[in-house]
Amino acid sequence: MRIKCPICGDRDMREFYYQGAAVMLDRPAPGAGDQVWDDYLHNRDNPAGDTRELWHHGAGCSEWVVVTRNTLTHQISHTALARDVKGASS
Amino acid sequence: MRFSALKILQQGLTGNKGWTHHWRDPQPKSEYDIVIIGGGGHGLATAYYLAKRHGLTNIAVLEKGYIGGGNVGRNTTIVRANYGMPGNSEFYSHSLKLWEGLEQDLNYNVMHSQRGIINLFHSDGQRDAFAWRGNAIRNQGDDAELLDRNDLRKMLPYLNFDNARFPVRGGLLQRRGGTARHDAVVWGLARGADQRGVDIIQNCEVTGIDIENGKVKGVQTSRGAIRAKKVGIVVAGRSGQVAAMAGMRLPIESHILQAFVTEGIKPAIDHVVSFGMGHFYISQSDKGGLVFGGDLDFYASYASRGNLPMMEHVMEAGMALMPAIGKAKVLRSWGGIMDMTPDGSPIIDKTHVDGLFIDCGWCYGGFKAVPGSGDCFAHLIATDTPHPAAARFRLDRFKTGVGLMDEEGTGSQHNLH
Amino acid sequence: MRISGKGLVKNATQIAFEFDGAQVHGMAGDTVASALLANDIRLVGRSFKYHRPRGILTAGSEEPNALITVGRGAAQDPNVRATQQEIYDGLQTASQNRWPSLKYDVLSVNNLVSPFLGAGFYYKTFMWPEKFWEKLYEPFIRHAAGLGALSMQANTDKYDRAFAYCDVLVVGAGPTGLMAAKTAALAGLDVILADEDFLLGGRLNGETYDIDDQSGSAWAAQMVHDLSQLDNVRIMARTTVTGAYDQGVYGALQRVGHHGPRRNPDAPLECFWRITAKRTILAAGALERMIAFPNNDRPGIMTASAVRTYLNRYGVVGGQTVAIFGNNDNALRTAQDLSDAGVHITAYIDSRHDANVTGDFPIYRGATVCDTAGALGLTSITIQHAGGTDKIATDILGVSGGWNPTVHLTCHMNGRPTWSDDIASFVPTPGAIPGLTAAGSAAGHMSTQDCLQSGIDVASAVIADLGRTAPQLSAPRAEGASYQISPLWAVAGKGRAWLDFQNDVTVKDIKQAAQENFRSVEHMKRYTTQGMATDQGKNSNVAALAILADVTGRGIPETGTTTFRPPFAPVSIAAMGQVGQDKGFAPERFTTSHQASVDRGAPFIEAGLWHRPSYFPIAGETTWRQSCDREVQMVRNAVGICDVSTLGKIDIQGPDAAKLLDFVYTNTFSTLKIGRTRYGLMLREDGHVLDDGTTARLGETHYVMTTTTAAAGLVMRHLDFVMQALHPEWDVHIQSVTDHWAQFAIAGPKARELLRGVVDQPLDNETWPFMACGPVTLGSVQGRLFRISFSGELGFELAVPARYGDALFRELCARAETLGGGPYGMEALNVLRIEKGFITHAEINGRTTAFDIGMEKMISPKKDCIGKTMAARPGLTDPMRPRLVGLKPVGDVKQILAGAHLFNPDDEAVRVNDQGYITSACYSPTLGHSIGLGFLKNGPDRIGDRVKMVDHLRDVETLCEVIHPIAFDPEGGRLRG
Repeated sequence: MRIKCPICGDRDMREFYYQGAAVMLDRPAPGAGDQVWDDYLHNRDNPAGDTRELWHHGAGCSEWVVVTRNTLTHQISHTALARDVKGASS
Repeated sequence: MRFSALKILQQGLTGNKGWTHHWRDPQPKSEYDIVIIGGGGHGLATAYYLAKRHGLTNIAVLEKGYIGGGNVGRNTTIVRANYGMPGNSEFYSHSLKLWEGLEQDLNYNVMHSQRGIINLFHSDGQRDAFAWRGNAIRNQGDDAELLDRNDLRKMLPYLNFDNARFPVRGGLLQRRGGTARHDAVVWGLARGADQRGVDIIQNCEVTGIDIENGKVKGVQTSRGAIRAKKVGIVVAGRSGQVAAMAGMRLPIESHILQAFVTEGIKPAIDHVVSFGMGHFYISQSDKGGLVFGGDLDFYASYASRGNLPMMEHVMEAGMALMPAIGKAKVLRSWGGIMDMTPDGSPIIDKTHVDGLFIDCGWCYGGFKAVPGSGDCFAHLIATDTPHPAAARFRLDRFKTGVGLMDEEGTGSQHNLH
Repeated sequence: MRISGKGLVKNATQIAFEFDGAQVHGMAGDTVASALLANDIRLVGRSFKYHRPRGILTAGSEEPNALITVGRGAAQDPNVRATQQEIYDGLQTASQNRWPSLKYDVLSVNNLVSPFLGAGFYYKTFMWPEKFWEKLYEPFIRHAAGLGALSMQANTDKYDRAFAYCDVLVVGAGPTGLMAAKTAALAGLDVILADEDFLLGGRLNGETYDIDDQSGSAWAAQMVHDLSQLDNVRIMARTTVTGAYDQGVYGALQRVGHHGPRRNPDAPLECFWRITAKRTILAAGALERMIAFPNNDRPGIMTASAVRTYLNRYGVVGGQTVAIFGNNDNALRTAQDLSDAGVHITAYIDSRHDANVTGDFPIYRGATVCDTAGALGLTSITIQHAGGTDKIATDILGVSGGWNPTVHLTCHMNGRPTWSDDIASFVPTPGAIPGLTAAGSAAGHMSTQDCLQSGIDVASAVIADLGRTAPQLSAPRAEGASYQISPLWAVAGKGRAWLDFQNDVTVKDIKQAAQENFRSVEHMKRYTTQGMATDQGKNSNVAALAILADVTGRGIPETGTTTFRPPFAPVSIAAMGQVGQDKGFAPERFTTSHQASVDRGAPFIEAGLWHRPSYFPIAGETTWRQSCDREVQMVRNAVGICDVSTLGKIDIQGPDAAKLLDFVYTNTFSTLKIGRTRYGLMLREDGHVLDDGTTARLGETHYVMTTTTAAAGLVMRHLDFVMQALHPEWDVHIQSVTDHWAQFAIAGPKARELLRGVVDQPLDNETWPFMACGPVTLGSVQGRLFRISFSGELGFELAVPARYGDALFRELCARAETLGGGPYGMEALNVLRIEKGFITHAEINGRTTAFDIGMEKMISPKKDCIGKTMAARPGLTDPMRPRLVGLKPVGDVKQILAGAHLFNPDDEAVRVNDQGYITSACYSPTLGHSIGLGFLKNGPDRIGDRVKMVDHLRDVETLCEVIHPIAFDPEGGRLRG
């Protein structure tokens, strides 16, 4: 599998660390309640299809990258820096 | 038909014309007492034990493809009960005991082979962690032994003892651990359930779950609607999609686990052996193939196939641990879809819908759990109370933090277990 | 026999090799298979189940029968295809799966009882008595099963791995692949052309027809030569593309050193390539399939195209007389070539009544072969035709059931091939692999002319797709014969008709499986083992599923196929993994004091990737415990030196550095004074402890964080996550400086005295109080000093740029020795910290909380931090959780063992009574007895109680008293001294 890092370009997946769904970008407020926190940390849509997920380019530029990838075909349709995605939403 | 050596002799002398179906292919009825969604190992075992232990036979097992086409047919066939955490400890102990009587029970040779499983350790810290686990296994009443280097040199002379990057310092042995012929387990359970009246319905995909006023009423399928008083979801690899039909969002992320088999070779490895410093475990099948695997590919996937980086890592680990297997040739690689949970342990529980039950989240440990999971899920469905051996497999444990079973201590990231 | 004037090896030099102990002669350019056939050796192996005699079936990597073992000792290589192995002087080969010899194989008795060994028989028996499976049945089955043997000696060969990148990967260098490669190369694309054969040209080398005015093989050689002159083409012979992976990545196995005696010991035997291609053209050709007829498995029966290849490429026929049996036009070519070469053709049998066949040999139309004879090799065949049956003597029978396009790679991403009635076979489904297009006979084009054109067409489309201009090429002239086939899968008759020759799966087995309701093609495969042999069904799957379709009353497309999975052809574990053998498995990290520690005779242990010294033995010490006890007492009474450089060091700078630290640590760092250090506790977001360590504030916006050795990388990534994914608005930057600084602990009552003269600054308690930190100078060297302690003694950690580490360590040790001290290793470090109740990853094992380790008060109530919310979950704050305590023995048994569990003294040691467990244990020379740290249910409220430590594994039971985790100097007076 090859992933296009927004900084470094097309790179082998060996350079990346996978963390999980990009919902981890949206950390709830401390008092948001146990259901919200349970959803944040544990429960997942886990789609059979396109999903947004977080990869860390640890053996490259150290950037966290939001990757839109299809879990059935492994086709990657979009990548963006987590800091940009986060900046756009906050 | 009861299987025996005599039956083989009779059939062999009469042209093998008298063999009959292992299970029927009935048309689905419009209503059952219980519908089990998923004709994998766990689903078939659930139906089998519902019939055997609880006398419930008006049951359909609905399978969207062919039975045993999921993880039960694509694993490394290891059977063991060597867990340390309360919850896992009693459950796998229960499951192993069921394995030990399964062939007689089913009248089917599933080739359960208690050849011994050895987990190697490579540091003092690992030794202490294995001692903790081994003592927990013994506390549970199962067998475990701590081996030192000298013991291992005798048992596994082909390990790299003298020039390893991470020297082998010892191992934890469970003699009752071993392997079984995975497909045979499916067929034996299907035959056993079928003989007791269970309808096994293949090529029948569930497309919806009917719920009225918080109570389950049946399922919609590719072969029509089927009413049911109770419905059990046991569809590892597709748990999220099926649970979503009942409005549930599960603590599961699906991941790929690859496995490999080599061409057949004469007996070389007698035990199940696992490396402590890289992800690698291996045994040799009765046909002679080395069957081995490693860790997840680490990215979410439903593709049931993997990529080269993990494959190469597994081969490197194999060569690091046992450089004598290098000239065995990998014949086939495949992937299973793992229900990964935030603590690496499974779920057998009721749901928020009355009459709807779920059995999921087996991570990469589902094969050895087949009879135990079937028995415990059957118990829950039949009696509405959890089986004592699976009482800790609760769906709400992540929300409450009560009774987490994080054997590896890697935390709530699904793919790290 | 060798046919004079035929073959591409005709002028080659003669070579001698060994087969089953006998010397065999062949020509350079021969494979083992062609050389054996040249010597009329037809029996080369035994089948898997019935140990039936087996001969050479094919001329390629798909060979299911002629598997041999090459070499001896550690080099012994089992299951090598005789059809691929090139011969060389001194090559040692042997047949497999027979005992005592290939001719007289004891287990061929299985063949006599085969009626009782049908599909799945073993699932129905071997169950009584229960214990006999492991003791009797399984060992017998295991020894009978398997093919060749591993030596089980450690590998001594080198293997390599490599990456390659290209615009276009062309898989297969037959007519299609050569044309495609040329087309793409002329468009200026970077091309890799890979073929598993050692002689490129594919079928052209096994045929007699011309391309333009040259022979096909000469044309191929010219094309290969021309392509090899181009800088943008890489030709890889002996290279099998094994698998298709995501985003255009392909695995490929190059056999580098199997074709000659090993000369350079550093040259790899094989190289496993990871090829990344923008586009791929699958020009892998097609494979001829057999027909299942009674007793079709005798040595001497082979595919018709193999007969042709052996004749045209190697000048070899495996006997004096040949018969041909086919159901399609292509089979006739074999007869024509044999006839032209003067070989006696005993019969040409075509199952089609209307077959358009002419030739100077007996022709049977609308006929089939219904039986054969010959114990260890074919002697005769029986032909069934409209007029009855004829028994005809023949040495060789070439069979053609039609051709299967080599679709395998297109199925590696779960794609299924499409059934084509035209060629009665499966063809690739377009788009099954993104970026891959099939061409030529792999795509179902069956004439040479069509293949050449297909190579140009597919390459031109790829060129356009990549935004280049395709050259104007026209295909050379070649044969364009049409391909007519009438499917024939099995011939009815008495006797077993083989499908899978290696696994001994017959038509009857498929029928029995269907009868037992193994009707799904996957069930049939798994129940009968059809297609699970080393050829993965390349020779037999299509026929088997056609038969299954027939007996279950379904069409072939409806019945479907099993899945082809990687690798296309088997790949040795060593090819992919030998780089990990021995020290190659993981990088090794060495501290700057490594050599000095080696000089002092220290044994080393692994700490993650690091090597750290266990202890530093001195004269007279014979056990590790003697050294360890001495080093502990040395630190408690004088001074010790320990390299702590392996701990993670992260430089944190920026206006929001304090915000970051306040957010990742449970306690507060924004209030830390410049020049001070603070212990910090870090949680995972799920509320469990992630790591701990000290962080120093060097300036208003400058901190240096210390992590544990194990978690250094983890914490770095965690900080990246917080900074980028949660708070990109913060202005803060981090950098790992672990490798930049060599850092040494100087611990013990004489630590200050030792440092006087090393560090230029005065180190009195007022200027350097406990937890102070700051820059110091060591002459001209700029260092950093931290007054922190992991031993409970007066302690400093002195950091210098790594290049001074070795010199400083040697100097510190020398000075320590003048004060009655010296270096100490990991064993002593561990004892010192256990005595003080300091935790490591033995305690923060990923399941423990701040509450469990008695640090819940370190979670600041004044701010949010990672993990705070989830740490408050009811299950994580239950007082009955196992929580940190110390333990000491109070009975006769004095041993405390990490990993043992804890029970109330009168309880039985079973799970339901489990009260906790020991995480760390040691003998304390300071206290004079063993001590342990562990987790005990409600532990802090049970100080002074007695518990029973039970270790079933080591058979130790110790009565213990629960004590405070800090067993030594609980007030901490020593470290503040």
